[in-house]
Amino acid sequence: MSKRIDVKDLNVYYGDFLAVEDVSIAIEAKSVTAFIGPSGCGKSTFLRTLNRMHEVLPGARVEGEVLLDGDNLYGAGVDPVTVRSQIGMVFQRPNPFPTMSIRDNVLAGVKLNNKKISKGEADALVESSLQGANLWNEVKDRLEKPGSGLSGGQQQRLCIARAIAVQPQVILMDEPCSALDPISTLAIEDLINELKDQYTVVIVTHNMQQAARVSDKTAFFNIAGTGKPGKLIEYGNTQNIFSNPTVKATEDYVSGRFG
Amino acid sequence: MTATPLSSSQGAGRAGDKIFSGAALAAGCLILAVLFGVALFLVVQAIPALTAPAAEIQGGAGFFAYIWPIVIGTLIAAVIALVIATPVAIGVALFISHFAPRGLANGLGYVVDLLAAIPSVIYGAWGAAFLAKEISPAYNWLAENMGWLPIFQGPASATGKTILTAGIVLSVMVLPIITSLTREIFLQTPKLHEEAALALGATRWEMIRMSVLPFARPGIISAVMLGLGRALGETMAVALVLSSGALTASLITSGNQTIAAEIALNFPEASGLKVSTLIAAGLVLFLITLAVNMIARWIISRHKEFSGAN
Repeated sequence: MSKRIDVKDLNVYYGDFLAVEDVSIAIEAKSVTAFIGPSGCGKSTFLRTLNRMHEVLPGARVEGEVLLDGDNLYGAGVDPVTVRSQIGMVFQRPNPFPTMSIRDNVLAGVKLNNKKISKGEADALVESSLQGANLWNEVKDRLEKPGSGLSGGQQQRLCIARAIAVQPQVILMDEPCSALDPISTLAIEDLINELKDQYTVVIVTHNMQQAARVSDKTAFFNIAGTGKPGKLIEYGNTQNIFSNPTVKATEDYVSGRFG
Repeated sequence: MTATPLSSSQGAGRAGDKIFSGAALAAGCLILAVLFGVALFLVVQAIPALTAPAAEIQGGAGFFAYIWPIVIGTLIAAVIALVIATPVAIGVALFISHFAPRGLANGLGYVVDLLAAIPSVIYGAWGAAFLAKEISPAYNWLAENMGWLPIFQGPASATGKTILTAGIVLSVMVLPIITSLTREIFLQTPKLHEEAALALGATRWEMIRMSVLPFARPGIISAVMLGLGRALGETMAVALVLSSGALTASLITSGNQTIAAEIALNFPEASGLKVSTLIAAGLVLFLITLAVNMIARWIISRHKEFSGAN
């Protein structure tokens, strides 16, 4: 239940503006891959092209290929809705649906596309998803309460439960801990470690220690200057990127000399 | 660097603060005073009609017998207007906010706002001179084929000047209010929630159902209530379109009357107790509007826990 992603020569545009230039990267199945780099280097933009969320913005488009186990996400006749149901996403700020209960939040994705699900199956899925997100024990007595009543860290884990309830192939996380306190962050990081047994996880993070703690492989993005496109500078095993980078810019960044 | 003593007040900033809060307080009190003044006027002027012997009131059966048919007529016209206008308005607003390309959306939004700028007498003239005539064949069809329903009982009005026509004209009039307000609310839906739905694999319509409509729900109710307020109080259009008469269940025969049109048609020639009766009718309309708004508030507050405001 997890697939690999191969990106070939991807250019990402906002209108005429080239935001990310010529990225090729191979992301292994059942692993955690971290994208690091300074603000504005295009790592979040690039992440959003992996489940076709980028094109939600008017004028946004891409050139190149993103292959999910060999199938091009941007091929003719591919419906972005199908792509997104297979590649889940967790956002920077926790965004449970405020008008839904905790239970309905978990089931939100499952009930899409007119799928029917019996109450027993739904109950089991809610429990397994919340357990998968390490949230079950905290919310099992208040499943009918609104999701917006939880703390920030709990809300983010609820969003992860919502994403894994649809049993995606890949989970994308866009700075999932940047709005959370250190304890909640630790809970999410532990969770990421467990998720990689079943899913391919791609995480964007500003926090280099976090990348070092959770990821198997790390990709470093950078820009030459304002208005220039972001580029993939170096990609390799996390240990190598942090202890023995081959590119000077990577070394400067991971050692804290800029960014 | 000189330290500022804690006790010294910073003249200018503090004064500005006081002026602003005073002005805001005054504005708030003014609204209350105006509202109270209107209510007081209505009550005082209405007392003669409410206390007069039944035989002296128009119709000769007392104030209650006089008022309740036109209360029902008012509500029928307003409900017809909202039943037609609300789904259309929400559809148009969603199209403008989430479906139309930007150029078209701006143009369409402008046209809808323009509808609100047309004076109500023009709507009335259009309804009486054009719509009523054009729509009467449809009323005949309804009377023949669906006449078993009390609301479509024949014979249909030959002129088409019925409460249903008045309701349709009212619906066109309240459409821009509801559309503009709901459009603004739809546009304010947090991107975060829209993206949450899309990232789960929602289609555009599913995204709207999951994130936009729940977020906009209190706003939609408020917009509909404002539309209802206009529909309840609209005078000229109904006075021109409706060929009024006694209360009837059928919507496609002449008959029925609304409070606002009743007041407008009779006030110029009224005197003495008749004036008082009409003002009492106005008081009843005031109370209906008040009740409607309170119910709307209650509906909104019932779902506060799930509103996302916390």
